[in-house]
Amino acid sequence: MPINATQKITLKLVVAAIGMFVFAVFLMPPLYDVFCELTGIGGKTKGQYEGSVAAVDAEREVKVQFVATNNGAMPWEFAPVEYQVRVHPGEKTSVEFYARNPTSRDMVAQAIPNITPNNAADFFHKTECFCFNKQPLKAGEETKMGLVFIVDPELPASVTTITLSYTLFDVTEASAAEVATTN
Amino acid sequence: MAHGPAKGIGRWLFATNHKDIGTMYLWFSFAMFILGGSFAMIIRAELFAPGMQLIKPEFFNQMTTMHGLVMVFGAIMPSFVGLANWMIPLQIGAPDMALPRMNNLSFWILPFGFALLASTLFMEGGAPNFGWTFYAPLSTTYAPDTVNFFIFGVHIIGASSIMGSINIIATVLNLRAPGMTMMKLPLFVWTWLITAFLLVAVMPVLAGVVTMMLMDINFGTSFFDAAGGGDPVLFQHIFWFFGHPEVYIIILPAFGVVSAIIPTFSRKPLFGYSSMVYATSAIAFLSFIVWAHHMFTTGMPIAGELYFMYATMLIAVPTGVKVFNWITTMFKGSLSFETPMLFAIAFVILFTFGGFTGLMLAVAPADIQYHDSYFVVGHFHYVMVAGAVFSMTAGIYYWLPKWTGRMYDETMGKVQFWVAFVGFNIAFIPQHFLGLAGMPRRYADYALQFTDWNMVSSIGAFMYGAAQLMFLYNVIYTIVAGKPTSEEKTWEGAEGLEWTLPTPAPFHTFSTPPEVK
Repeated sequence: MPINATQKITLKLVVAAIGMFVFAVFLMPPLYDVFCELTGIGGKTKGQYEGSVAAVDAEREVKVQFVATNNGAMPWEFAPVEYQVRVHPGEKTSVEFYARNPTSRDMVAQAIPNITPNNAADFFHKTECFCFNKQPLKAGEETKMGLVFIVDPELPASVTTITLSYTLFDVTEASAAEVATTN
Repeated sequence: MAHGPAKGIGRWLFATNHKDIGTMYLWFSFAMFILGGSFAMIIRAELFAPGMQLIKPEFFNQMTTMHGLVMVFGAIMPSFVGLANWMIPLQIGAPDMALPRMNNLSFWILPFGFALLASTLFMEGGAPNFGWTFYAPLSTTYAPDTVNFFIFGVHIIGASSIMGSINIIATVLNLRAPGMTMMKLPLFVWTWLITAFLLVAVMPVLAGVVTMMLMDINFGTSFFDAAGGGDPVLFQHIFWFFGHPEVYIIILPAFGVVSAIIPTFSRKPLFGYSSMVYATSAIAFLSFIVWAHHMFTTGMPIAGELYFMYATMLIAVPTGVKVFNWITTMFKGSLSFETPMLFAIAFVILFTFGGFTGLMLAVAPADIQYHDSYFVVGHFHYVMVAGAVFSMTAGIYYWLPKWTGRMYDETMGKVQFWVAFVGFNIAFIPQHFLGLAGMPRRYADYALQFTDWNMVSSIGAFMYGAAQLMFLYNVIYTIVAGKPTSEEKTWEGAEGLEWTLPTPAPFHTFSTPPEVK
């Protein structure tokens, strides 16, 4: 069937509209993530650090502060054991966070990290972190969760304090499998 | 061709005639305008005095949200689509719109979209209460259950807009009369053509963002939920990627209407026609690259703030070209001040004022102070109301005699203009003062020192509301009892194909295309 000029332009515009919908739903979120990762402006920390840092810069000292927050109605007790540590860049440091599930049901939590200032995010390396995995806790159970990190000696000189914040989310409903294995 | 309209309700339900559909759009948008306006009256009545007087804070939040949604998507946008339906075929010498059946569909799904949206007012949990910008997580995690009705309502309204704009593009590109080249198109047609392209580009993004909300709320995805690796700031980026072009979608057709009216009553051709076309295109392009100036307080890096600040200020250049062209058109013209011209001149003055406060808001360091204050409310009502609504009112008065074959009452029109003009300024100038003094927007209550200006603002808002009832009366009076006129050219200085037609415009026009020299 030959198509006339009106049908042709209509078809093009419908395709354009569908394309923009696909762009918004399927391309914008990943592009946003890539952009944040490249520029490091989201304050998101990277995953597990595999590299090694050459030398410890004993001359310099950086304050690392920890913030623990519960998201929404998350009922867990959640706090850093130490609220602040002083570290030399390049030094491997280990700290712990305390968590307790005071409810009468088994739950699973996921901690989401964020770093301030933003330009420190690329220089804060975590070799071990409880945030890499979900954390299940049975009713009334408590635990200490570990974090091992290295502050990169390349950290910009203007940064003297790094604040690492964890927000604890209740992901029990989305993690039925983990709940089952802990029983 | 003496083929007349069908009889009875079928004429409207199965309408494919561009004039009938245009009329339905205009009446529907006026009904929405009254609905959204009554929400505004409730807001201003509550804010007349500090403390809670009439309504509960939860309901106040629903009112501010619904006022914004209904006015933007129900009143302003469909009214200009209605005007486009009526005027574009008449101005380019086409017999009808290119896709008449789709035209019918795009109108008739609108009432269903708004029925979905408005029905939430009567449901448990109430209407949407998260502001018309529906930022996540307010509109996802913390939203009332009725948010799903809002989402599907927006889907329907968006589909209607996209169909309407496809129709307009197809009409303008394919149905122009012989000799009607692109650079001879009346400016209203040009501005609508560009607006339609903006709509096709960004309405799907709006549909996308509400779809992502729907998924987050009901299907366990985490687009905007940090718990699952999403980001609420992403919502704001996508929303304003739609939202900023949206404000030009609202204002560009208004530019077109004013560009038709000012030359008529200045009895001079429009100054700088081609620069108007290029300025409109430039504004449309810039609208895509400035969205994050709505987000200066989200913690952007300094480079981002600087870029969005300067890019935003750049919009003042093509807009300034337009304003200077309108003023130059009037310069040494043989001016007369009939009601459409009064509204058009008020548009130029007040829109420019709103543009200047927009420039103030574009300054990133200053915006951090003005953000989410009543200064912003004052600013965007100057461009939305004194911009879009004044221009729409001017357009109705300007073309009403051509549509109905009856003249509106000039005295009543002028009275309405002055009540609207004075009421509008009394309502919104004080909001700038309130904002600069630190009064935040979207609160049901305020600190005592803001009392006086809030009272003044409320009085102005009631005046402006009364002016709209006068407008309704004037239009009905004209249709029922206006002085009949059969002059082809209602206005002495009017130019364009629509003024070569008999008055009132017959049901079918330009069945044989006119020759444009």
